[in-house]
This record gives sequence, structure tokens and C-alpha cells, in this order.
Amino acid sequence: MNTAIHITLDWHDWLNLFAHYLLLSLMSLGGAISTTSEMHRFLVEQHGWLTQAQFNDSIALAQAAPGPNVLFVALMGWKVGMNAGSTAAAFLGMATTMTGILLPSTVFTYQVAQWGHRNRELRAVRAFKQGMAPVVIALLLSTAWILASSADAAGVQWPLWLLALASCLVIWRTKLHLLWVLGAGALLGAFGLV
Amino acid sequence: MTSPTTPGQPALDHPRPASLLALFLAFTILALQGFGGVLAVVQREMVERKRWLTQDEFVEDWAVAQIMPGPNVVNLSMMIGARYFGLRGALAALSGMLAVPLVLILLLVTLHARFADNPQVIGALRGMAAVSAGLIAAAGLKMAASLKRSPVPLPWCLAIGAAGFVLVALLKFPLFYVLLALGSLGCVLAYRTLR
Repeated sequence: MNTAIHITLDWHDWLNLFAHYLLLSLMSLGGAISTTSEMHRFLVEQHGWLTQAQFNDSIALAQAAPGPNVLFVALMGWKVGMNAGSTAAAFLGMATTMTGILLPSTVFTYQVAQWGHRNRELRAVRAFKQGMAPVVIALLLSTAWILASSADAAGVQWPLWLLALASCLVIWRTKLHLLWVLGAGALLGAFGLV
Repeated sequence: MTSPTTPGQPALDHPRPASLLALFLAFTILALQGFGGVLAVVQREMVERKRWLTQDEFVEDWAVAQIMPGPNVVNLSMMIGARYFGLRGALAALSGMLAVPLVLILLLVTLHARFADNPQVIGALRGMAAVSAGLIAAAGLKMAASLKRSPVPLPWCLAIGAAGFVLVALLKFPLFYVLLALGSLGCVLAYRTLR
């Protein structure tokens, strides 16, 4: 479905890609997804290493697949490598972007979390962790809202919202395993009922 | 492998992971259930099923994971791992979260081109996205229960929560500024109450 493009990457292109993702990692406050517009600018507009369709597919597939959404970064690296002409390059691309996006942020977060843990009795640390709770929970509910609206992109379709609401109530109020609810959603969707 | 490398964690009255392998497997299994995001599953598995964290501890860790740079659930998994086994725990949880899902997504990307236009597949993905929205909302509602014990007075909690939702979900304000403004307000309020 994608019209593949052919690109050549020198070693300094690889370094450039790596350095850019290292930088994005530290900019990704609020999650890696918040830097997608910058990734788009870099990969699609500035260098032309990915097509628009490949970029969109990476995000959509990572959203749909199980696992953390940050895997869209791995897919972008993979596709850049494929465009460069080989499966080996695809593995290199994936390793480059994933290491880049994860290394700085995880090292930094680990250090801060350990410091916070050692000083967890400090009034300021407790105030920070507990004071952030209301807004953090609000963000979670916002994420749910935004996700439900994007599933509903083709216009207001009440069955989709009803499904989201019903699964929310079931998970909130019962101990039913998540996979049953997800499976039910997939079936309803596959048969065109939502 | 039995003594935690993080010093000073008191002997809590809730269960803990038996080993690094248990940690790795737990995060692999929960990552594989996370369609459209893993957070709701982390809450379900860690707090309600395995009970490695209380709801309050989970909310506090999530607050930190959300503020720090980097993918939120990756940060969270690392912090939970570090709670019990220090750096080794952080790495075990992190690789559990990423390794198998990474292999799986590469398999999917090769299949994707073949099935992307299939209406059943598109429908199933749409249904699952709606369900994930519900799961995430449910995780938020459960976490909201811990606000009753918050040092931030409850009316303020509700006001901050409502403002955050309106700004981010309805008015599409950038996340960063909302976190900064409403987060600082919450921290100041909490600081005044705490001793």
C-alpha cells in the first residue's frame, strides 16, 4: 500500500538520526507522543527519510498493537532502514531511534526517582507527589476522552461512545479481566456493530 | 536476589515480586494486554491483581512518571521495578515492557500491509480503541478515589481536576503548560497542609 522510497544513508546521517532522537528524548515531557510533530518535521519534511503515509502508519499501528505506544518510534526507525534498502539497515534504524528516545529520559528519570525515594519523607517531596495527583488524574480522563473522540472521527456515532462508556463501567466496577472487554470490543467492531 | 537494593523501604503489608524474572514476566504480560496504551493495565495488574502497590503509591509514582521526560509507562515500569530491586529491577521491568511487544510489532508491520484495507480488521481496531478509552477512564476514576486522602482539600482537588479536563480534553491546551500551572497549584496547596 505504501509507495516505497529509496534513500541512501551515510554514517553521519545515522549519527544525525541518533542525536536527534537523544534530543527529542529530553524534550518528551508528557510522553513521547508529544514530540511527534517534531519527528514529522525532521523525518518527513526536512530529510525525506519517511513518506507521510509511512509516518502515519507507524503511529496508527503502534496505537493498535499491544504494548507501550512508544513503539511507534521503533517502527519509524525500522521504516527509515527499510527505505535505505535492507533488513539489516531496518534493525539498525530501529535500534538507533529506540535507544535514542529512551536512553536520556530513562537515565534522568531513574536518577530523579531514586533521589525522590531516598528523600520521600521531605515535606517538599511529599507535597509534590500528592499535589500533582489531581491534575495527573484529570490528564488521564482527558486522554480517554481524546481517544474516544478519535475513534469517533467519522462523525458522532453513539454506539462507539456507548461501548467506551460500558467498558469503563465494567472495568471500574467489576473484576472482569481486561482481555474479555477488549475482545468484546474487537468482535463488535469486526461485525460492524459499532 | 531476596534483599531489596533500595535501602529503607519498610516491610510493607502487601505482596512483592519474588524475583527479577517474576518482574520481567509480569511486565511482559501486562504490556501485551495494553491495546492503545498500557497504563490502565498497569493499574489493574499492579494494584488490584498482584497488589505490589497500593492505590496511593500508584498515584504518586504515576505523578512522577508523567512529569519526567520520556514515555510515561516506561518511566512507571522502571520506577516500580526499582522499588523492589534497585537498578536491576528497573532494567528487568523496562525490558519486560519493551522486548516481547517489540518483536510482536515487527511481525505485525509485515502483516499490516496485507490486512490494512480489510473492513473487519478496521472495525475491530475501532472497537478496541473505544474500549481502551473506557479502560483509561476507569483507571482514572479508580485513582480519583485516592484523592479523598489527599492533603489537597477535596474541593480544590475537584476544581483542579475539572479545570485540567476542560483545558486539555475540550480546549486542547498544550499538556506542558496545564501540568505546570495546575500542578504547581496542587503542590502549593499540599505543602501548606503537610507537616
